Amino acid sequence: MIVRELELDLDAFEGPFDLLLTLVLKEELELREVDVAAIVLAFLERLAEHDQLDLDACGEFLVLISALLELKARGLFPEEAAELLELEPEVAAEELARRLAAYRRMKEAAAWLRERLESEGERFFRLGPAPLAPKAETPLAPQEPDRLAQVIRLLAAEPAQVSLAHMALRFPPVGQFLERFRSVLRRRARFDFDQELGGLSRIEQAVAFLALLELRRNGEIAIEQAAPFAPIRITRSDVEREDSWTLRSA
Amino acid sequence: MDAPLRLISSNPLDQLARTIEALLVVASAPLGVEELADAADDDAERVEAALGLVGERYREGRSGIVLEHVAGGWAFRAAREAAQACARLYEKPAQRNLSQASLETLAIVAYLGPSSRPDIARIRGVSADSAVANLVERGLIAEAGREEAGAIRYRTTPLFERIFGLESLSALPRLDDVGETADAIRDRLHAVAEKRSA
Repeated sequence: MIVRELELDLDAFEGPFDLLLTLVLKEELELREVDVAAIVLAFLERLAEHDQLDLDACGEFLVLISALLELKARGLFPEEAAELLELEPEVAAEELARRLAAYRRMKEAAAWLRERLESEGERFFRLGPAPLAPKAETPLAPQEPDRLAQVIRLLAAEPAQVSLAHMALRFPPVGQFLERFRSVLRRRARFDFDQELGGLSRIEQAVAFLALLELRRNGEIAIEQAAPFAPIRITRSDVEREDSWTLRSA
Repeated sequence: MDAPLRLISSNPLDQLARTIEALLVVASAPLGVEELADAADDDAERVEAALGLVGERYREGRSGIVLEHVAGGWAFRAAREAAQACARLYEKPAQRNLSQASLETLAIVAYLGPSSRPDIARIRGVSADSAVANLVERGLIAEAGREEAGAIRYRTTPLFERIFGLESLSALPRLDDVGETADAIRDRLHAVAEKRSA
């Protein structure tokens, strides 16, 4: 019989004993969760399956399980480990006896509870959330019908028309600027946008810029700007073409 | 023909007893004498006397409904003779399949509570986490504040008392009659200690 291959079926772990040991040593399994007594029982059951007592297996199991128990005890009472080591054997025995007796009492209490549960198994009663307590009413203050009518009359009156004139944006027609730019270009081959439109409002300048884009789309002008925010220079298309010809032939 | 059903004819407490019956039918948890007195708008002494009348009427062998003093109050439950019929209709999830670990944990909380998980682990020698979570889910224990170190403490609920048929936690039996066993353990440990020191 090989102790390490002992199959375990515990609440916290299911598998061979050596895997349990590995997991505990790697701290991947909380030893506090492991029921050591259940391991002992599993081992005893396996032992009983054989006719002869396997002393080697017993010895190995004792060593392993006692190491496991010591680890678990240290894990359960970390702060007391040092304290208990210094105790005299009699005092330690006394302390252990006290704890065992306390546990024994609780085991007896649990046994009593189980008996009680069985004897009270015939008790049926209604279960559910407690019914809601009635809500206290909040009384309204005394009301005057005349005053209510007065308020309703105020609400019923049609409100005065509010003028929205100041909110309207007035856009000059784009065509106006198209004409204006074309007439300038008839007189001059080049002009600066800022110079030509200085003194106009923001909206007028924006519409003028749209007119500029329109002219560019039609191929009537070329637009140049040396750098962002630099003056925008507009050139008549036929002049622009002549310039590039000159450049290329040079 | 239309005269009200009388518990005990011509008793001056009849009216109050009927009100108490009505309150207990509506309630889903045991009601204390004070609560009954408040709801019935009567005084506690008269309520106690009227409860005597109700108890006389609703008892085992006489009615399918039984008045009982449980979990610090008064409540109706089904008569034991109807238990099988009730069991066919209704399951009891709170107390079904309570494991040994859960019962030991419940015993510790009932006798020594409020107790924290470390308190319970210290006595049982194994982690109490899953047993505590299980009992909380069943509604048998509930949180009751925290220890100074921050661990949550638990106490038993009125449902625990009701399921176990206890008037209150003081109705739990005393557990100091295991002295002999403790002494026996102590003697055995002393014997081992002497051998080791020898």
